[in-house]
Amino acid sequence: MKVTLTANGSEVAAEVEDRTLLVHFLRDAAGLTATNVGCDTSSCGACTVLLDGRSVKSCTVLAAQADGGEITTVEGLAAPDGEMHPVQTAFRAEHALQCGFCTPGMVMAVVSLLAENPDPTEDDVRTALEGNLCRCTGYHNIVRAVLAAASGRRPS
Amino acid sequence: MSILGTRVVRTEDPRLLTAGGTYVDDLRVPELTQAARVTFVRSPIAHALITGIDAAAAREAPGVLAVLTANDLDDLPPPPPDDGGGGGDGGDGGEAAPLPLGGPWTEPLLAVDRVRFVGEPVAMVITTEHYQGEDAAELVSVDYEPLPPVIGADAALAGESLLFPAAGTNVAVTFGAPADATTFDGCEVVVERTIENQRLAPVPMEGRAAAAVWAAGKLTVWVSTQNAQISRFVLAGALGLDPDSIRVVAPDVGGGFGAKIGLDRDALLVAWAAKHTGRALRWAETRSENLLGMTHGRAQRQVIKIGGTLDGRILAYRLEIVQDTGAYPRMGGFLPFLTSLMATGPYDIGTAETAYRVIVTNTTPISAYRGAGRPEATAAVERAVDLFAVEIGMDPADVRRINLVPPDKFPFNSPCGAVYDTGAYSAALDKVLAGAGYQELRAEQARRRERGDVRQLGIGVASYVEITAADAAGGETARLVVHDDGTATVYTGSSAHGQGHHTAWAMLVQAELGIDMDKVTVVHGDTDLIPLGVGTYASRSLQLGGVAVQKAAVDVREQARRVAADMLEASESDLELDVDRGLWHVRGDPEASRTWAQVAGHAGEDGLAASVNYTEGQPTFPFGTHLAVAEVDTETGKATMLRHVTVDDAGTVLSPLLAEGQRHGGIAQGVAQALLEEMRYDAAGNPVTGTLVDYAIITAAELPSFELLASETPATINPLGAKGIGEAGTIGATPATQNAVIDAVSHLGVRHIDMPVTPERVWTAISDAREGR
Ligand code: FES
Ligand code: FES
Repeated sequence: MKVTLTANGSEVAAEVEDRTLLVHFLRDAAGLTATNVGCDTSSCGACTVLLDGRSVKSCTVLAAQADGGEITTVEGLAAPDGEMHPVQTAFRAEHALQCGFCTPGMVMAVVSLLAENPDPTEDDVRTALEGNLCRCTGYHNIVRAVLAAASGRRPS
Repeated sequence: MSILGTRVVRTEDPRLLTAGGTYVDDLRVPELTQAARVTFVRSPIAHALITGIDAAAAREAPGVLAVLTANDLDDLPPPPPDDGGGGGDGGDGGEAAPLPLGGPWTEPLLAVDRVRFVGEPVAMVITTEHYQGEDAAELVSVDYEPLPPVIGADAALAGESLLFPAAGTNVAVTFGAPADATTFDGCEVVVERTIENQRLAPVPMEGRAAAAVWAAGKLTVWVSTQNAQISRFVLAGALGLDPDSIRVVAPDVGGGFGAKIGLDRDALLVAWAAKHTGRALRWAETRSENLLGMTHGRAQRQVIKIGGTLDGRILAYRLEIVQDTGAYPRMGGFLPFLTSLMATGPYDIGTAETAYRVIVTNTTPISAYRGAGRPEATAAVERAVDLFAVEIGMDPADVRRINLVPPDKFPFNSPCGAVYDTGAYSAALDKVLAGAGYQELRAEQARRRERGDVRQLGIGVASYVEITAADAAGGETARLVVHDDGTATVYTGSSAHGQGHHTAWAMLVQAELGIDMDKVTVVHGDTDLIPLGVGTYASRSLQLGGVAVQKAAVDVREQARRVAADMLEASESDLELDVDRGLWHVRGDPEASRTWAQVAGHAGEDGLAASVNYTEGQPTFPFGTHLAVAEVDTETGKATMLRHVTVDDAGTVLSPLLAEGQRHGGIAQGVAQALLEEMRYDAAGNPVTGTLVDYAIITAAELPSFELLASETPATINPLGAKGIGEAGTIGATPATQNAVIDAVSHLGVRHIDMPVTPERVWTAISDAREGR
């Protein structure tokens, strides 16, 4: 079947199998490889993207279900002049990534979290990120980065 | 001021944050545009004979290019000659990545006539498209004749069913002396206990992956590994190729934690199949495959025995280990050697004995997992010290203080054969106690106990010493080139997979040469560019690879001094490098200066370049103390971690940012082992925690923020004063957390709860204690 969607502002159309997952459509048809697959049980959140402004685990969505939709991945987050999004800036400033594998999904989950709750407490952040696994950072600096991005304070 | 020791954000991050890393499955290089997909057919049975494989239906399935079984492996060299197999003393502790046992224990690439664990590769399916592989793999029909499974230490030791009939036993390695009846003579109190250090899955967020191309007589292999260079030699041996005809590339690697040391049989098969079929191939495992196919860690049953005086002096300790190494003795055969070496931890104990047996079972093979043998040692002795403390009715922190190796005893020869280099063990303990407000915590605990609160407070202390760069003699390589545009390139044998090597090595170059770190490119993990190197494990990178970079920089600086002297028509001894500005000038005349670009341009054909292979004569021994505060609901058994306070002293800190990151990640994995994680099998050898739904990876919601305290006792054997920091977290946090949960309910009579201390286990322990069981 044919799927057409907008990914980071560009239209992408491709002929795919009915069962193609959105994450594979993005990686293979759209060439957007930042979004990773970390599990096969929708447990890890590595594949998190925004679909029409809401965060979804793109391994649990069929490409067909996203037909006509607007997708934002981490590649589409920085400003056109290359300036990083405040969440990206905060992740760097607070050392909230190590191997980087969870990072694209984690950043998109945080963008969505802050859209829903612009002023979260530490507990809010920890609970909201329960579905995004990171094996490297122990989450400590991810939480700090989210709080820093939320407060808009200049990173330390 | 030197950039070393200051908080510098990472050079890696902008790319990882805006474009994402380039992991094996992301590679879009021309050689791989037509790459076919590899899917493994894996054994669904723990122990069985293979009586037939029928791949006819699979070969007819859409997109299938080939189905390969052990019969196709006819173009490989014979396995190396029998080294006697069995027995062995577990190595001398000085060797890099010990090899698997050969002889009767040899591990095949694809199962030949027998499978020994669920997940063992039996056949490979090669398809043009991603999704076709799983469809076709299901059509491969394998006839199995089940054999009695060997699960757990008791079944293995009983020896009624053997994994390797030719070996005649399930015991692959035996080490150490039988218990000496006089060891505990003179002890007023002796406590003995059998405890479990459970099997864990490493779960790097990127699973295993490999891609390979055979073209023009050269094999190129991209693999998610911690060691490109070791992988090249393993490939050469397994495939019978000249190492010069192999290029191994480690692109971005999404975590390793010891489970990506070298490369596994699965990746070897991908490389072999690329040559065998002449097709470019790619394989990236699923998470469910990863949980069964990637090596597991830990898996020790330990008998601990500790004795001492009523006033708190520990006199004797014995540790006996049964190491489950899974179906094949890979590095698991060596891990209990490290556990034995570190058995007495940071304590000055007069008499110590260790002994171990390594057994095979019908489970996933065991190998290194963050800490690799040392967390097991620390968990054992820290439980023993707490058991001893409660038995004599003394505060566990006081017992530790009495017995820690005092500062004037370094270098300290431990009774287990290790030589601890430098340390300030009780200072670390006292700093943590003060930082945590220990007395106030104990007072709050007493109040809750007196009131009989449902939520009780537990305080767990764990002091540790560990060994890093155990294979220091293996060394590490670095090559540094300064170019005539004033930039520099570092080629390192060390191999990053999240640690931040690129930032750290650039800091070292800036510190020595004054070349701004954003003008320094760091290259790792490509054997065409860096043929020799060891890579990253055992917390070795900074103290070996980092020192190699620093020494290369010093060498380049002295070369540049000669060139600059020539340019400025001065004597070399009058030349000075202004590191802040990155300029060469004659002493007393800062105005007439030369830039690195000018000096490199003037240096002639050979330019400014240096290669170093840095080795050390001995390992280093970082140390510290962790304190965990747990709240335990005595009605449900649920433990909640409230605080985690640590001192992790790894010598002089080069990058506080990176060091903290290493500590954080390790602490989380340590808490995870203590509270949540366990890879479990049923009696038939079926994994019951084979997906991330069942295997409880720790999340942000289950952890507090961590309170890290600073302490730097320099190492004296290397010029950076550095020890390793990568594994401190799992070593310290695991027993601190376990001790905290047990401490919360010890007043109810509970003495021990095995890890993971799940609500069910805590609840059961409380009711058993109440009923006097
Ligand atoms: S890959 Fe989507 S949740 Fe894990
Ligand atoms: S940074 Fe490695 S998994 Fe999160």
